Amino acid sequence: MKKVLMSVAVGAAFVMAAGSASAQTLNQVKSRGVLQCGSNTGLAGFGQPDAQGNWTGLDVDYCRAIAAAIFNDATKVKFVPLSAKDRFTALQSGEVDVLVRNTTWTMSRDTQLGLEFGPVNYYDGQGFMVRKKLKIASAMELSGASVCTQQGTTTELNLADFFRANKLKYEVVAFASSDETIKAYDAGRCDVFTTDASGLYAERLKLTAPDDHIVLPEIISKEPLGAAWRHGDNQWGDIVKWTHYAMVTAEELGVTKANVDEMLKSTNPDVKRLLGTEGKFGEAIGLTNDWAYRIIKHVGNYGESFDRNVGAGSRLKIARGVNALWSKGGLQYAPPIR
Amino acid sequence: MNTQVVSASSKAYVRQEPAAVLPPPGSLIGPLAWIRDNLFSSPSNILLTVVAAAVAYISIPSFLNFLIFDAVWTGADREACIAKNGVVPGACWAFVRERVNFFIYGFYPVDQRWRVDLFFVLGAIGVAWMLWLKAPRRDIGMIYFLVVLPLVSYYLLGGAAWLGLPAVDTARWGGLMVTLVVAGVGIVASLPLGILLALGRRSKLPVIKFFSVMFIEFVRGVPLITVLFMANTMLPLFLPDNITVDKLLRALVGIGLFASAYMAEVVRAGLQALPKGQYEGAMAMGLGYWQMMRLIILPQALKVTIPNIVNTYIGLFKDTSLLLIVGIFDFLKAIETARIDPQWAAPTTSTTGYAFAAIVYFLFCYGMASYARAMERRLSVADKR
Repeated sequence: MKKVLMSVAVGAAFVMAAGSASAQTLNQVKSRGVLQCGSNTGLAGFGQPDAQGNWTGLDVDYCRAIAAAIFNDATKVKFVPLSAKDRFTALQSGEVDVLVRNTTWTMSRDTQLGLEFGPVNYYDGQGFMVRKKLKIASAMELSGASVCTQQGTTTELNLADFFRANKLKYEVVAFASSDETIKAYDAGRCDVFTTDASGLYAERLKLTAPDDHIVLPEIISKEPLGAAWRHGDNQWGDIVKWTHYAMVTAEELGVTKANVDEMLKSTNPDVKRLLGTEGKFGEAIGLTNDWAYRIIKHVGNYGESFDRNVGAGSRLKIARGVNALWSKGGLQYAPPIR
Repeated sequence: MNTQVVSASSKAYVRQEPAAVLPPPGSLIGPLAWIRDNLFSSPSNILLTVVAAAVAYISIPSFLNFLIFDAVWTGADREACIAKNGVVPGACWAFVRERVNFFIYGFYPVDQRWRVDLFFVLGAIGVAWMLWLKAPRRDIGMIYFLVVLPLVSYYLLGGAAWLGLPAVDTARWGGLMVTLVVAGVGIVASLPLGILLALGRRSKLPVIKFFSVMFIEFVRGVPLITVLFMANTMLPLFLPDNITVDKLLRALVGIGLFASAYMAEVVRAGLQALPKGQYEGAMAMGLGYWQMMRLIILPQALKVTIPNIVNTYIGLFKDTSLLLIVGIFDFLKAIETARIDPQWAAPTTSTTGYAFAAIVYFLFCYGMASYARAMERRLSVADKR
């Protein structure tokens, strides 16, 4: 009997937790006065506190953009640092409103966890770094190489798949922590270092002579990193989705943080619809019509955010690559605002 | 009889005065003798000495070179600490200097950090008052430490609108401040709770005994990480949506209960070490249960368990670093986060960060251990009579 009661209680708790998903997240956020954003506990370029303790990064900017759209104030965000293990529970239980924490969008996560995944704000994938003096231009030339990688991660599995699929011989030198791995590579224990491409650039800075190493062009896995929110609240999903699309559209139209006020006078119909001087697109998602103006005014467009946090304007100096706009050969594509 | 003595001493071969005391042979005193006695007294000792000297000779200079002589002390970013001409410099203290405020205060708003400073000062006064045995009015000190300080700290750090202190969410707490808050709460809460649990476990009342045993064994049976995960990940699922318990509070409760279960076993060891005569003697004097415990048993039991209590405290202090896996920015996590910042990415940044963490943790733990040793010496005077 006791057992039955217990399982009923546990079940009820889950139902309550699931039931909360249909509640209006936007109203909760508005009445609370602050957006609760699940963030990384520290990842170079994506979510990282600076010396004063302010969060910065590409994922952080996404959260700030959502807050700017709702409150016209990019600082009304409470960042809840979540480890990889408790990130989904925190979202399911309502501890955070949205999860922007370099989370890979996969089918099982999208369909089995009661979550929705949204636009990809960074297309990541596993890459390789080698010494320049080896004169290797492509991962296809890596036959017989020894590869430094971190133990027990999907990185190790992707590596095995790649080498097997291409019938290349290799030897894995695995370490427990990322720090040990990069030190071993620096000391010459192996020829190749592999991890997610965004991480390669951050790790490269720790080498004795960063300029003696290059990142190879091949990306051997798909890691679309995007935002996630609770299943069932479609209005909230629209806000999260269109926040990113507004930033991408702004980049496409050349609307920047600096010129957004001038752009209000623009006669270009696309710009007018984006900035809310024409149409009522903001009200349709429960916000004000100047929602996108607020985002760009406080945070900037996608290109600016990319550049500042991970791109040429940052120390990581990651090339835009597949994260460039679709019109420049990348994958960042926003549906039209109309 | 007298004459006999005189006649004997008058003999030429009898000494008239005692021989002068000679200094001990040179081989028994002085540094050389000490070295022979302590370092080279047997073949195995000789071997150990040589090995230890070799290890010290190899490690100490490189240690000092890394930490002091080759270290980089000033600089604004990674440029200061990167390898120059292929030579990797020593510790990047410039990084620690630039980030030390983050290590101490975490995300606490910059203009409110005086509140944390004040908390540190108040805490230091409380600790000194409690630990310095000759301090005046230690009874008031006790009330200050156990009642006033926690209340004041709560409002000081968390904010109180009626005092004009803006609220600071615990999500913005971090660094050494969180480590000290968590360790402090754990230390202060675990001793009384642990004593109650230990008494409960030895109680003759079956219900109390049962619950004490269950609690202690359950908590001791799971790792602290599990307790933290439970508090952090499971608890929110069981609570209705509009009730969210503060993340730090959940961790505090988890650590407090965990520490008290261990403390209970430590105290129970002390209770069992006392001869039965002490209990019987106290009862024969007509003392009630609580009087007996307060006046006779606990003072003796706690005295013999001081080393173990402090051992538990030191373990607890270091266990606070496990908070990082549930996303709370304690001291170690603050360093962990700062060290991956591209602004400071350099070959020795991580090592320097960890070295700094080790030094700080060591200072705290060694301080606790030293105080406990002094306390033991003082209390053992009675045993030496």
